[in-house]
Amino acid sequence: MATIEKITAKKLPKEEILSYGHRACQGCGELLSVRLITKAIGPDMIIANATGCLEIVTSSFPDSAWRVPWIHVAFENAAAVASGVESAIKVLKRKGKLPKDRNITVLAFAGDGGTADIGLQALSGALERGHNFVYVCYDNEAYMNTGIQRSSSTPFGASTTTSPAGKKSIGQHTKKKNLPEIAVAHGIPYVATGCPAYPYDLMNKARKAAAIEGPAYLHVFSPCPTGWRTLSDDAIEIGRLAVKTGVFPLYEVENGKYKLNVKSRELIPVEEYLKTQGRFRHLKEEHIKIIQEEVNKNYELLLKKCECFG
Amino acid sequence: MKWPIKNINEIKWQDLELGGAITEPGTSKYYKTGDWRSFRPEIDRSGCIKCYFCYVFCPEGAITIREDGFTEINYDYCKGCGICAKECKGKVIKMVEEEV
Amino acid sequence: MSKRVGIEVSLGVSEAVKLCNADVVAAYPITPQTHIVEHLSELVANGELDAEFVPVESEHSAMSVCCGSSATGARTYTATSSQGLALMSEIVYIASSMRLPIVMTVADRSLSGPISIWNDHTDAMSIRDCGWIQYFVENGQEAFDAHIMAFKIAEDHRVILPVMVHLDGFILTHMIEPIEFLSQEEVNSFLPEFKPALALNPDKPVTMGPVGVPEIYTEVKKAQEVALKNSKSVILEVWKEFGDKFGRYFNPVETYKIDDAEIALLTMGSFGEPAMLAVDELRKEGEKAGLIKLRLWRPFPIEEFLEATNNLKGLAVVDRAITYGTTGGPVAIEIRNVLYEKKDSIIINDFIAGLAGRDVRINQFKQMYYETKEAVKNGKANEYKFIGVRE
Repeated sequence: MATIEKITAKKLPKEEILSYGHRACQGCGELLSVRLITKAIGPDMIIANATGCLEIVTSSFPDSAWRVPWIHVAFENAAAVASGVESAIKVLKRKGKLPKDRNITVLAFAGDGGTADIGLQALSGALERGHNFVYVCYDNEAYMNTGIQRSSSTPFGASTTTSPAGKKSIGQHTKKKNLPEIAVAHGIPYVATGCPAYPYDLMNKARKAAAIEGPAYLHVFSPCPTGWRTLSDDAIEIGRLAVKTGVFPLYEVENGKYKLNVKSRELIPVEEYLKTQGRFRHLKEEHIKIIQEEVNKNYELLLKKCECFG
Repeated sequence: MKWPIKNINEIKWQDLELGGAITEPGTSKYYKTGDWRSFRPEIDRSGCIKCYFCYVFCPEGAITIREDGFTEINYDYCKGCGICAKECKGKVIKMVEEEV
Repeated sequence: MSKRVGIEVSLGVSEAVKLCNADVVAAYPITPQTHIVEHLSELVANGELDAEFVPVESEHSAMSVCCGSSATGARTYTATSSQGLALMSEIVYIASSMRLPIVMTVADRSLSGPISIWNDHTDAMSIRDCGWIQYFVENGQEAFDAHIMAFKIAEDHRVILPVMVHLDGFILTHMIEPIEFLSQEEVNSFLPEFKPALALNPDKPVTMGPVGVPEIYTEVKKAQEVALKNSKSVILEVWKEFGDKFGRYFNPVETYKIDDAEIALLTMGSFGEPAMLAVDELRKEGEKAGLIKLRLWRPFPIEEFLEATNNLKGLAVVDRAITYGTTGGPVAIEIRNVLYEKKDSIIINDFIAGLAGRDVRINQFKQMYYETKEAVKNGKANEYKFIGVRE
């Protein structure tokens, strides 16, 4: 792996890959994630995009927000389409139809529905086959594009349009599926979590993911003002709280080695995070306690992994 | 096809690129989202410490860094989400209600 | 130089794909397609074919990988069958809409349920409207030749559409037949290098598969429909060029003893051979029997079909699939449509036959003929029926 130049406030790549004029909601955390990731990697890339918010708001004919080659085929197959793109690049280079020294990053984008649910099989297949690509799951914790329906990445207690809170329900009653750990289980060279509230961490991870040979998986926590029922300027603050409460820790797993990237001496109570969002408004003390316990347990487990496999 | 498309309802099937592809990069620049805005961010550069949080955190990519190192908002595309104002380290960006 | 070898038809297909120098092969195993992709993976493993073999985790991903690789400018091939085709069908439709010149072999096999690994055309008919060029072959030689022509048709800049080659599962895929192989030089002289009309390349960014808003969806579909319809002239041109070069001609509608025939059988795929034998026997019995073998299924060769049926009084359509709850099998429904102008002069009888590998004997083909003859005499078509069903 070549040495990767670190992105800092002083060394910010200027080129925007994602153009303005896209149709995302005001203050969209997902589009910010995508803007930062593509910016960090640079224009030598081909993107395979799953159906979802990102695809809809960036490719409404005749307006494309993409300044790089981009393909959308369907919902569940971003990883497979990316596999095809990567395979083609490999063989075309070998046959001298593409310059051998050309370093084109293949990037797949999908939401949590397109990754944790309908696209999980295609993702697993692509990771197992070892394609040289970066898979980015922008996780906004529900099917936002179709109107805030629950996914298996929706957290416990969140009210969505198909896991509504009501007299007999606290909303989503299952635990959030742990996608980064599923990616780790494939034994791929690089897995990382990111959040646009920590833009330099996210951008540097994207750069590293692109530079590493083989599959890389980025799981990016992307606050959604519309679906989470927050104000349009809240995405960054909520992202920060998610990290500081331990709800969404930032870590990376490089060749099996765990590293916590943002360390807090003490976690902020999870309630501070929950109370920022309308989707958790109905939760009572006892539910918050359950969530707190779960967060503590998961965080401890992560710390142990960093300690044992660091 | 030639972009920008003035009127989508005038495109004939013969005009289309293969599979309806868009062959000019970044044509969304022809779609101005500035009119979504009800509040506009205004920068008071006298107190700006060039932390670039506004630039980094803008989901639109509607903020640029000028040659003098200050940032500038492109109101053609800024949707007025307010993230820049909220995250500004020096608190020099204010959200001002747009006049109707 | 060409050489004649005795080989399993599946392997013949793989060898043809190798001669076409495919860049990417993505496939998932399903009976009876397996021998094709096994042999291709072997050719890649041995270094005989310089390609990326992508052993995907499902047919859905097989077609998705094909879309990605074809869109990036690689010559792309896959093969499937039955449930595999059904599983990938979502992406099969998208591949043609995105104008990706993929070539796919379908080893035709019945669709579940009940599960069956044997041959019929229920899988083929399930994706009838997918917008691909589709044709059927009848024997090993045709299967070999068909693939070499398929790449040339698909990648022609006047076409740029995916091509599906149908060959009957087991009945054809697993037969050992004599096939005259073309040499690499011969294939190279016929099939030019793949030059994509539009490709994903950072030097010239393109957005493929954008949202088809209501203002544009209809135009995209119209362009696709015109492309498929117009492909016929290129298909005929390529088939003729192949014939002129190598002496083996393909016709969109193949006929047998049709010139003076009054009543003909209509088949697709491998049923052509037993049907020919039936026609021979009928001729011996003094009947004016003929046979139409429909090779080109999409685009439907309307003019050629009308010409072939010009003098007929009756047509016995052998349908190898069912269209539930309507007026018969999918082929007969289509044929009635095409022959609507001649509805007063041709009686069309529809026979659902040979489902899931059920044998159709020469006598049964003759039975279909005689029933149609009777219907012609009565001046009225019979209701469609299942051949050989126990009741």
